[in-house]
Amino acid sequence: MSLVDVVAALMFVGVVAYGVFGGADYGSGMWDLLAGNAEHGAALRTQVDHSIGPVWEANHVWLVYVLVFMWSAFPTGFAAVMNTLWVPWMLVGLGIVLRGSGFAFRKFSENLRWARVFGGAFALSSFITPFFLGMIAGAIASGRVTIDGTSDVSVWTGPTSWVGGILAVGTAAYLAAVYLAADARRAGHDELADYCAKRGMVSGSITGVIALAAVPLLTNDAETLTGRLQGRAAPLAVIAAVSGFGAIVLLYRKKYSLARVGATVAVGTVLLGWGVAQWPDFLIDHATLDDVAGARPTQVALVVVFGLAAITAVPALVWLLYLVNRKEQSLQS
Amino acid sequence: MFAVDTLMAARYQMALSLGFHIVLSCFGVAFPFLIYLMHRRGLKQNDADALTLARRWSKVAAVLFAVGAVSGTILSFEMGLLWPGLMSTYGDVIGLPFALEGIAFFLEAVFLGIYLYGWDRLPPSVHLKTLIPIMVSGAFGTFCIMAVNAWMNAPTGFTLENGQVTDVDPLAAMFNSAVWGMALHMFVAAYMVVGFIVAGVYAFAIRKGRDDRRHRMGLRYALAIAGVAAVVQPVVGHFSGLRLADEQPSKLAAMELATETETRAPLRIGGVLIDGEVVGAIEIPVLGSILAGNSPNAEIPGLDQLTPETTPPVNIVHLSFQTMIGIGTLLAAFSVWFWWRERRQRSLIDSPRTLGFVSISGVLAVVALQTGWITTEVGRQPWIAYEVMTVDEAVTTNSNVWITLTATIVVYTAMGIAAFAVIRSMSSRWRRGEADALPSPYSPDMVVR
Repeated sequence: MSLVDVVAALMFVGVVAYGVFGGADYGSGMWDLLAGNAEHGAALRTQVDHSIGPVWEANHVWLVYVLVFMWSAFPTGFAAVMNTLWVPWMLVGLGIVLRGSGFAFRKFSENLRWARVFGGAFALSSFITPFFLGMIAGAIASGRVTIDGTSDVSVWTGPTSWVGGILAVGTAAYLAAVYLAADARRAGHDELADYCAKRGMVSGSITGVIALAAVPLLTNDAETLTGRLQGRAAPLAVIAAVSGFGAIVLLYRKKYSLARVGATVAVGTVLLGWGVAQWPDFLIDHATLDDVAGARPTQVALVVVFGLAAITAVPALVWLLYLVNRKEQSLQS
Repeated sequence: MFAVDTLMAARYQMALSLGFHIVLSCFGVAFPFLIYLMHRRGLKQNDADALTLARRWSKVAAVLFAVGAVSGTILSFEMGLLWPGLMSTYGDVIGLPFALEGIAFFLEAVFLGIYLYGWDRLPPSVHLKTLIPIMVSGAFGTFCIMAVNAWMNAPTGFTLENGQVTDVDPLAAMFNSAVWGMALHMFVAAYMVVGFIVAGVYAFAIRKGRDDRRHRMGLRYALAIAGVAAVVQPVVGHFSGLRLADEQPSKLAAMELATETETRAPLRIGGVLIDGEVVGAIEIPVLGSILAGNSPNAEIPGLDQLTPETTPPVNIVHLSFQTMIGIGTLLAAFSVWFWWRERRQRSLIDSPRTLGFVSISGVLAVVALQTGWITTEVGRQPWIAYEVMTVDEAVTTNSNVWITLTATIVVYTAMGIAAFAVIRSMSSRWRRGEADALPSPYSPDMVVR
């Protein structure tokens, strides 16, 4: 592995982390939207507040991390991705603004009517954001993004982009349902936990079926990617399928904490599989990582920064998660 | 229809989203310190009012931090969406401070989460100390972001060979000649902005008759940090500006409204440049050289050194700069006077006129912040990286920036109003003695039938 590969892998750590942790946060917003009227949805919405409130900003930093790694390590590739896909990026940006501010404002709003407005902004944008991020991924994965390319709509509205957008929404919903089920169980809200688990089973199954059904479509539309997915990334695809299915079985058996692990592994390996299938390209079919790599000293610096992040940010995050979980246990007793 | 120049649209969008974010990041940097002081008083002196204030402030900080987080993300998008020319050529040169800022922001987010969750759950002394990492990462984050901005004013850490960037040294780029002055200037500005805004809120409330111990304590603490910052700031700003005469003469010439390069240059207060002539300025002999160059004989560069293509919009820069200086001087003088009087006699908090001034001091501090920012950004024009790349070369070729500009105006206006309304409703709920949040989002207790 060359230095460029190492940096690309570290960047992809951010993609996987954002996909899993950020994805679960977005998915929580989706279930929040679908939770029904104020009376009916109160329990779930309260759980969403508890589960993502303390962590969503930190989870969100992974996206910024990926962008910074992209422009620092692969500057021309970054410019190409932003130039050609400016429409979906703009929509992602809009979704991020509405999601974050809507969520933060809802809790403290003047009355229920305003809580509905802010909550609606939060929940709706929880769909928009992962959907367009998925479309962006699909555009890159299907080889439509070129270095000096057009920013035509067709770049990000190909079949692979639609599949990417739908799968991003589906996996986020699935992850969130499983996480919420586990959180609700630990907080002692068994009824809510079962409610979430049911949604996890349904969304997980639907997403899995869509993923399988999309295979012929992807084979046609994203040849290079699917070729590599069936080749070197095949073991990851198998792990993803097995753990995704396993998590659904665990949900059925009401083993929610274990299901959380299974769902995390499933979604994480799907993303990892995409990363492995991307390699050695930055823009599939158009530019390798080496083609768009920036200065070597900066790549070295990024590896150091990653090390610094690992020894400072990770322990802090672990402490936060420990605290939040401990708190829920103490509420239970 | 009207034609919108892509470059102008991109600059307006950047200016708007940065101008919005900069106020919120001030709160991210300086508010934790104010909370720390109040929280510490609560613990050390067993002061329930102080603890209540700290707790409420932390709720406000959480809301502002969330808005800052999303508006900061938008900025990282805009680096690529609006300025791909800069990022594709120099993204690797200035990447290191951005990456480090990422860590700083992550730590800030995590420790703010810990602090907010720590109320009643962590041992009090540990809980108080969780504010320290927030303050440290806020300061470090300021340094990193200002390192990028300073680099744009004093680009270094690379070699240009036939238009190709080589010999990239990310550390040299980060520690460029402008960074310390600019970072410190911004850091102190954050304390001024937060101090005067918080003091302004309490002064306004006291004037409205909500005069109690908590309001007075909040006002005094906020005015204390604002006062120290306001007195320090002119010194910091002065030293930050000293590099301009040698390194960035075009900015200094515009700031000083200097048409000709001269020693013993006058200070021109007010005035505008019309057809190359200075109109309406009050000139104080020699003071310009003393202030900008530390000596009456210091040579102040003039606009005569520049070509029309390398001249920034002079009047905007000059008037912004002097607005900042004027407000800064006023706030520093007020702070000295306030604390001098405060030590000698009955509290000035009883004077309606003083309260009236403090009420608007927050707005003044924000105006000073924005005009200072305009001075440095517009004063750098037409360069995005001084004498290395123009904004014209950096801007996107996308002709639809007016769409994103329009969206930015609409969304940021709505978000600004909503943030203000939400914080106001928190405060009115506190006044009514209720809990700070709705019982639970969409809770049935709140259903209005």
